[in-house]
Amino acid sequence: MRPSDLPLISDVEASLLAAHFGRRALLGAGGLAAGVLAMPLSALAQAAPAGAGEAEITVDQARTAPIPIVIPVLGGDAGQLVSSVISGDLGNCGLFAPINGALPVGVPDFGTYKSLGARALVSGTATTGGGGLRVEFRLWDVLTGQQIQGTAYTAGAGDARKIAHIIADVIYERLLGEKGYFNSRIAYIARSGPRAHQITRLAIMDQDGANSHYLSGGQWLTLTPRFSPVSEQLAFMSYANNRPRVYVLNLATGRQQLLGDFDGISFAPRFAPDGRTVVMSVTRGGGSDIYTVDLATRAKRQLTSSGAIDTSPCYSPDGSQIVFNSDRGGTPQLYIMSAGGGGAKRISYGSGTYGSPVWSPRGDLIAFTRIANGSFSLGVMAPDGTGERILTQGFTVDTPTFCPNGRVLAFCRQTAAGAGGAGFSSSIGTIDITGFHERAIPAIGMSSDPAWSPLNG
Amino acid sequence: MRLKLLGALGMAVFLAACSDDTNKGATTGTGAAAQSTGVTPGSEADLVANVGDRVFFDLNKNNLSSEAQATLDRQAAWLAKYPQVTVQLAGNCDDRGTEEYNIALGERRANAARDYLVAKGVAASRITTISYGKDRPTATGDSEESWAQNRNSITSVR
Repeated sequence: MRPSDLPLISDVEASLLAAHFGRRALLGAGGLAAGVLAMPLSALAQAAPAGAGEAEITVDQARTAPIPIVIPVLGGDAGQLVSSVISGDLGNCGLFAPINGALPVGVPDFGTYKSLGARALVSGTATTGGGGLRVEFRLWDVLTGQQIQGTAYTAGAGDARKIAHIIADVIYERLLGEKGYFNSRIAYIARSGPRAHQITRLAIMDQDGANSHYLSGGQWLTLTPRFSPVSEQLAFMSYANNRPRVYVLNLATGRQQLLGDFDGISFAPRFAPDGRTVVMSVTRGGGSDIYTVDLATRAKRQLTSSGAIDTSPCYSPDGSQIVFNSDRGGTPQLYIMSAGGGGAKRISYGSGTYGSPVWSPRGDLIAFTRIANGSFSLGVMAPDGTGERILTQGFTVDTPTFCPNGRVLAFCRQTAAGAGGAGFSSSIGTIDITGFHERAIPAIGMSSDPAWSPLNG
Repeated sequence: MRLKLLGALGMAVFLAACSDDTNKGATTGTGAAAQSTGVTPGSEADLVANVGDRVFFDLNKNNLSSEAQATLDRQAAWLAKYPQVTVQLAGNCDDRGTEEYNIALGERRANAARDYLVAKGVAASRITTISYGKDRPTATGDSEESWAQNRNSITSVR
């Protein structure tokens, strides 16, 4: 791809990017995952010596296009797979323009890549053998010829995609100055069957749609999976035995437990940032109250008792506040209260109604669904209600969920059905918080209720 | 399928899948004037054909219209006639709200119908409520007519 063919980033996005990245310092390599060993590689001999792994590319705030990065097919029998996963991650996020195909040997010919307009270059090998996988990876600054990063990973033979996501996260972090999110998963609801009675199954996939598989059968209506921020657990709602309630599933053991003993329907679960409690709604009379349930002691604590519908609670990342949805003022709107309950203050004031609030892991934004004039929108606002921006619209767009670094939202998009339900579709999409780079996660079929995991361990 | 047509016929057949976790009743009735024959008295089919199994609500509302109250009056009388029968009221919503809010709104509707029946003398112990939010639509197209049908509380024999 020639630089002139690269998609441009608008002035609006450029300014948003500048604000987003401006307060972040550029630093070190990405984190490590369980079962993966990472060792630094020494810098190769080169014309312009610099400390290995220390050089950085500075992203200037006037940048108007994604960063062109050369991602050739890596050497070794797993090179093709690793390269394609890295390229997919970086290209799909919209902030990079991968240039594929070239195969450098030894010290790359930087002059050629410079003439292509490339800023960075990936080289390395990915080889399986002896039941394991070894990936050697180097990241280069094309303009200076310096090696920015050099790491050798050893892992299980089946971990090629995982290592590729880890490498994509390292590239993202080294070039953009903040942690990536590619080594993560999305839990969701897989849907099938007629519109009037869809079969719903708990499911999970890598964030790029790979490795999708079911976690539950389709006997009972199952909705709204939510990840623990600190452990391999999902909270979700199931209509098992015709009693709609919140359950917790341990992904490591497969053990599923009812969470909380209530007379009403319990629903809309979210883990607290420390993972020790789950906040949820419980119906009572014509309304619903917000409760927390302690995972260890099962102790319940009631946070609201307005008599109205109080639902969709979500903690701020520091755990001090909860944003929630309530019709206590007459129509569904967004409110913030202290994490102990009390002091509720309305923050949504646009036309129409609001719901499904979710707090960014960065703390600076709340994403939401807004419904006005029969149409749904997905937007973000500051926690004080200011700066509302609509990111995308549609017949139905709902259940936003932030990726681990707060940069991208996944959400459910549904289309209107014609007579008999024909034409109905339900899919999971992603969109950058700037409102750009919207795309559907491919090849998972009818789906809804995405819940982004924290970075994989 | 139109609501007006539904009212005129008194009974219309919908393609609703039947299983344990869905709204029961493959048919719906808003109260037929004439008694249908061939159904077991006190049964689900009797309720649907001769009493009316569901009441409808306005957008984002849970107040009972006079038509809904008339249907629930018939249900209360029918339940008085068959004291061994217990029922479930399932609240439903159109798909013009968020998933989680609609779960609560559906329960609010079922609760409104339940409170009315209890006020008319039906023992609260004979009634359970559930909400399917927007996940079990009776009418599966997206139109004002479909949405109106899907904003309901459906009574079924347990």
